[in-house]
Amino acid sequence: MIDESRRKLLGLLGMAPIAGGVLSMSAASATASDTRPGTRAAGSTRAATSDRSMSAMARRRIQEQHLPNIPLLTQEGKQVRFYDDLIKDKIVTINFFFAKCDEICPKVMANLVKVQKLLGDQVGRDLFMYSFTLKPEEDTPDVLKRYAETYKIRPGWTLLTAKPKDMELLRRSVGFTNPDPKLDQDINQHIGNVRYGNEPLMLWGVCPGMAHANWIAESLGWMMRPDSIRVGSPAAAHDH
Amino acid sequence: MYYNVFGEKVSRRRFKEMCNAAKNRRELIAAGLTSRRDLFKMGLLTAGGMLVAKSGLSARVWGQQSFPAPASSGSNQSPGSFNLCVPGNQTASPNTTPFLDPLPIMPNPVTVAASTLNPMPTICPNTGSGPDGTEVRAACHQAPELNLGMFPFPPPRVYKFTQEQFTVRQTSDQRLPAQTIWGFHDQGNVKVNGPISPGPTYAANYGTPQMTRNINRLPSVNQKNNTGFGFPSVTTHLHNGHTPSESDGNPCDFYPAGNFCDQYYPEVLAGFNSTNPPTGDINESMSTLWYHDHRVDFTAQNTYKGLVGFHLLFNQFDTGNENTGFHLPTYPDFDIPLLFADKIYDPTTGQLVFDLFNLDGILGDKFLVNGVIQPFLQVQPRRYRFRLLDTGPSRFYEFFLTQLNNTNATNPFWVIANDGNLLPNPVQVNSVRIGVAERVDIIIDFSNFAGQTIYLENRLNQINGMGPVPPSGFTSGQFECTGPDSHIQSDILPAGKGNLLLQFQVSSKSVKDGSVNPATNPTFYSLPDTTATPRITRTFKFDRLNGQWSINGQFMTCDHFRFLVQQNSVENWILFNATGDWTHPVHIHLEEHQILSRNRVAPSLVEKSRKDVTQLHPNERVLLFFRFRDWLGKYPIHCHNVVHEDHAMMGIWNVVASGADTVLVP
Repeated sequence: MIDESRRKLLGLLGMAPIAGGVLSMSAASATASDTRPGTRAAGSTRAATSDRSMSAMARRRIQEQHLPNIPLLTQEGKQVRFYDDLIKDKIVTINFFFAKCDEICPKVMANLVKVQKLLGDQVGRDLFMYSFTLKPEEDTPDVLKRYAETYKIRPGWTLLTAKPKDMELLRRSVGFTNPDPKLDQDINQHIGNVRYGNEPLMLWGVCPGMAHANWIAESLGWMMRPDSIRVGSPAAAHDH
Repeated sequence: MYYNVFGEKVSRRRFKEMCNAAKNRRELIAAGLTSRRDLFKMGLLTAGGMLVAKSGLSARVWGQQSFPAPASSGSNQSPGSFNLCVPGNQTASPNTTPFLDPLPIMPNPVTVAASTLNPMPTICPNTGSGPDGTEVRAACHQAPELNLGMFPFPPPRVYKFTQEQFTVRQTSDQRLPAQTIWGFHDQGNVKVNGPISPGPTYAANYGTPQMTRNINRLPSVNQKNNTGFGFPSVTTHLHNGHTPSESDGNPCDFYPAGNFCDQYYPEVLAGFNSTNPPTGDINESMSTLWYHDHRVDFTAQNTYKGLVGFHLLFNQFDTGNENTGFHLPTYPDFDIPLLFADKIYDPTTGQLVFDLFNLDGILGDKFLVNGVIQPFLQVQPRRYRFRLLDTGPSRFYEFFLTQLNNTNATNPFWVIANDGNLLPNPVQVNSVRIGVAERVDIIIDFSNFAGQTIYLENRLNQINGMGPVPPSGFTSGQFECTGPDSHIQSDILPAGKGNLLLQFQVSSKSVKDGSVNPATNPTFYSLPDTTATPRITRTFKFDRLNGQWSINGQFMTCDHFRFLVQQNSVENWILFNATGDWTHPVHIHLEEHQILSRNRVAPSLVEKSRKDVTQLHPNERVLLFFRFRDWLGKYPIHCHNVVHEDHAMMGIWNVVASGADTVLVP
């Protein structure tokens, strides 16, 4: 019975254009290999092709599930879309704050100011920083603009507000939530991490917002230069 | 006709809603839902469009409750899935029929001539390049530099592994497509001739040093062929190896495709260069180790994608031959490593998915053993040794033996090793619990089950990354987990209602069994003395501040050492869990530890052992004994819930010949 439901589900989703592509892909990869589980499939050009479309599918899945295209306003009052304008094809940092937050936010934001300094002109060119307000009803573009000026936030780092419902959707989509529902509703317990990612390459990681600024900057370096090597430091320091 | 997971008929519109509603536990959390009842209501009532589309993963994170199989279970759905706690009206990984496939046994690697390595291996990091790539290593090999007679270079056994992407089926059930994952290709093994995951099982011997040229040939991430998770930047850690730092696979020593690291494994007993020269302390013998990717911030993704394998160690007592030494069941016929991993597959495409946006811990609803979903194993009615390893990402297991036709029966077995270290004597148990990265070696005597089918079952109830559901009487708000009948969840699920992991098909023909009967109380190794006065007692507070995982309020960085340990000194470490609800499996490299006390209470018989991972329960304070011996260099302490680990719950410390510090709370 359950199996039948699942087939029905597949049929149902098959009507949507995106899911249709997904389905044909799934069928292709199901036949790509009939070797025994646990053994390697024979290599083939077909596998290479499916790697590429699988990759596109995975990217779309991440977008659909985590990167909603909600409308937002920047501190300059400019209207932007989250996925289309802020994330797509970009290397980014994402964090949440609010202007009147006096516990963790000042520490994290001051830290990110250091990170922006460390990264110099890469910010705004190779990498974009975004901070989203958790109190969109009081953090208007004007408030955000004053905040940016107070913290000496430079171009390439944008503060954003949105309709509360949209912002809440965004917060949940990018995983800035607490598994304890009570804590999740306590704004003073809000997640202080900085999510970083390279959207086209589907590399996503997280730093604590209060981590060393140098370390956050280095982590962002992996997104810009994913083939970097780090062996040996800190100073191959053992003195034998 | 459409049905929900309870087998109830639903309308097509409802079904569509369910599919949409399936996705996001965060939605439910954010809605301020505090009880299972609300959750169900929400799941039923929320319009699909209101919910974020999300993978099957999170659907379950809130969901663990057991419920009976639908009455009309004529379908061939997995019993494991029937019994799995999936919340109502939530989609899950695609159904798969369990026990279709035999348990894969990973082959042993085959040595290569050192002369086939190009560039030739060198004691200090190679400056030349060749077809194998460019070497990236932190320092010269300490072992041959210390004693070339004891640790020749190149060593007697040399292996050549390449890490590669490949396509493989994880069940022969065609409802799940072949998966593109990562594995280890043993270049010496012409029979296998391709990457496998789990990787080859090393069968190493004390006294026979070995080296692996570990080449990263994963596709460069810039080729845009990422399957949605994983960073092809690697560093392979030998978990619990008494390994010099430069070969340990430190999280900070990662390298991209086109590069390699020669990892020299001395396979030597701790103490050889300190307390017990020249060969080391026999009571520090290890048996079951494993290797896995340890790339800082990306360990969860990379291990989930397949970069894991076993590394077994034998000696004159634990010989792998039941006619000699301790007479433990013969490897590999009756001594079988079992690598557990729980995973999630996209409900529509069937593709392996990883929740990149999870901060707390990831739970899967498909249970793989040695790379295959719910396999079977044909066994003879005799004793077997199984080496159970939990590779996470975040799940704890409590293993039971279950007879589905007699769920009231208790089926005891013997624990002989904890974290791969033989206990002083076997301990008989009805179940044993392990966390991520822990191992437990057990002896199961199948002679009582001749001709029957029995199961290895995980009956531990876990609903999210925080850890197992606490025992009843301990229930706090967020753990309240009631099923449709409003019963509060217990920590241990009834027999047959947990996750059936592995099916044992016991043949009826009686056979010879030359292995020792654990009931005769054989003696293995003694526990090394722990009465030495520590040079220092350090305290490590595992905490969470605004979602940021920390140790002593600090976060992972490769930029500096948290503290400096004096080579060949004794330290006591206090691990303290300041998070009231979370359990952390804490792992420390280089040296094993012994648990002196948990909240001032002596450890249980099974825990009275040498450990490399200690479960740190909510509000617990665990006192550990360490003796840091023989090698120098940098090593980490970290939570092995790899999602926590990747989110900075780690620190790097350094063993130094001189200049150690006395920082009490580093």
